[in-house]
Amino acid sequence: MQRFANPARFMRLSAALLPWCSVAAAVLIAIGLFGALFVAPPDYQQGEAVKIMYVHVPSAWLASLVYAVMAVASAVALIWRHPLAHIAAESAAPIGAGFTFVCLASGSLWGEPMWGTWWVWDARLTSVLVLFFLYLGFIALANAFDDRTRGSRAAAILAIVGVVNLPIIKFSVDWWNTLHQKASVFRMGGPTIAGSMLWPLLVMAAGFLFLFAVLLMLRMRTALLRAKLRALRFGT
Amino acid sequence: MAGRESQKSFTGEGLACRRGERRVFKGVAFALTPGDALLLGGPNGSGKTSLLRLMAGLAQPEEGVIAWNGETIADDLAAHRARLHYIGHQDAVKPALTAAENLAFWAGMRGTDGGVTDALCRFRLDARADWPARYLSAGERKRLGLARLMASPAALWLLDEPTSSLDAEATEILLTAIAGHRRAGGCVALATHAALPVPGAQALSLADHATWRQR
Amino acid sequence: MSGFAALLTRDLRLAFRHGGDVANVVAFFALAVILFPFGVGPDPDLLARIAAGVLWVTALLAALLSLERLFDADFQDGSLEALSLMPVPLEIQVLAKCVAHWLTTGLPLTIIAPLLALVLHFDAAGYPALVAALLLGTPVLSLIGAIGAALTLGARRAGVLLSLLVLPLYIPVLIFGVAASEAAALGLESRPHLLLLAALLAGSLALAPWAAAAALRQALE
Repeated sequence: MQRFANPARFMRLSAALLPWCSVAAAVLIAIGLFGALFVAPPDYQQGEAVKIMYVHVPSAWLASLVYAVMAVASAVALIWRHPLAHIAAESAAPIGAGFTFVCLASGSLWGEPMWGTWWVWDARLTSVLVLFFLYLGFIALANAFDDRTRGSRAAAILAIVGVVNLPIIKFSVDWWNTLHQKASVFRMGGPTIAGSMLWPLLVMAAGFLFLFAVLLMLRMRTALLRAKLRALRFGT
Repeated sequence: MAGRESQKSFTGEGLACRRGERRVFKGVAFALTPGDALLLGGPNGSGKTSLLRLMAGLAQPEEGVIAWNGETIADDLAAHRARLHYIGHQDAVKPALTAAENLAFWAGMRGTDGGVTDALCRFRLDARADWPARYLSAGERKRLGLARLMASPAALWLLDEPTSSLDAEATEILLTAIAGHRRAGGCVALATHAALPVPGAQALSLADHATWRQR
Repeated sequence: MSGFAALLTRDLRLAFRHGGDVANVVAFFALAVILFPFGVGPDPDLLARIAAGVLWVTALLAALLSLERLFDADFQDGSLEALSLMPVPLEIQVLAKCVAHWLTTGLPLTIIAPLLALVLHFDAAGYPALVAALLLGTPVLSLIGAIGAALTLGARRAGVLLSLLVLPLYIPVLIFGVAASEAAALGLESRPHLLLLAALLAGSLALAPWAAAAALRQALE
């Protein structure tokens, strides 16, 4: 059981944090949705369809952020060989894949009224699609070996290799002429978006961040309990 | 005591090893000086192969330190690799290449081309030198794998069950080679089930150190 | 450097003695391309429009087929373990194997491609750019593929998993390769796309051996 001495601390910490984070996530998302639907102005051209942005943009931010977290956890796992880091990366992967899917789907639903097409092969969309496949590849690789630790390590290497995709996603709209609009929030010189649209966006993003934290902690706790069960049944 | 410590030595202390999720052994230690031989014994699964792989630097120990002349091998794995021969269970022989080509490749990778014909002769494979390895018998292939030991020099020999599928004559050849290597100041660690007559060898049984025992 | 040369010559020697492997890759490439006129009809204009894309996608798939064998044979017979214990750095060894893979896969594909482009009525103006793009792009396929092959060593269903991992990473090569070929066929500038392919080649030469070697060490642990 010595390997899991630290995880006991994590279990206590996550048990304490979960209720607060869950409440924060629920409250922030509720406020964000209220602000998005009732406070922020509709677009003069698109009407209410623009409100999809308040789901699409935060999920896009989280898709990249979760991947970055996954890559950092993978690096920690490979360098310091901490088993908790592997569990963190593998727990984060399906959550990140989920956010990426929501981003792609909401973007597609938004694209239809805005651009007149469900999909276009520009740099931003293609690189986010590659991000989605990287998540799926990570999950598949981690589960593809009979020796589970080998799978975790191989997947960790894949996560680190795939980091090159993140700057491509971020800067694709600057480097190429794309249909996707350029950055309005995270740019040098500050956001160009109106205040009444910015705050619901940031609140939604914060809510999604807490949602990620809640889901991550839940998945990690489950994984640790499973590992403990395996150790008890099959001996270490 | 002071005199012994000043000699080159290969040591391991407090070694613990994990394969997959299973801990194989804990608290293992060894010390070899030039000319020493170490026989690793123990039942299947006790970790003889794992210990040899730790010694070769193929895997990192979960706990403990392996050192050559007092310097941890993990700090300079490249230098450590250059000073050892590791012959594992598999013979690493390519069926499409001839016996001589197989050996010449390994010698070439270590940067020394000279010892190939000599090694083939020592292991009684000179008649097979130009045969594609697919036509060699199991024993001949095993001998070819072992011939790597003679094809280029190295201070440390790590051998995993070297006499499996060898007949009595081939075993004798191997023991002679090991004796010659030890006389020249090299050291040997070998894992074996058989009772091999290696004079003056230390014995390490991993059965005592296992935390998981086979039923 | 002698280690690099020793490994390269060994792999080439093995490839030529198992002659069928190179022929298989080329045969698959040719057959897959020839399927398209049967599938979409023999209309020369239609074929000419899709020619660059078809050639690149089938070249990609042909390269993918041979990737599984890059490290697997050595892994199975213990050679990889022995190679990792050689004084030559594993990264250099990976590079040697990638060069051998390219010489027996990418290069034959590049040589055959113009002949198949004829079958697809590819515009003659595009030939130089097509060959240049393949010369730059196929080594990238070998290098990125090496990472995937190293990661999936010993996995269940390694072949399918390899495709899942490697094909998304191939997409940039595909995009720029087709763009370069098509641009030239349409009489436009292909240089920017070729330069991007060269950048991809430089980048993967720097990163892929390091990543693949790390993956190989994990496989051997």
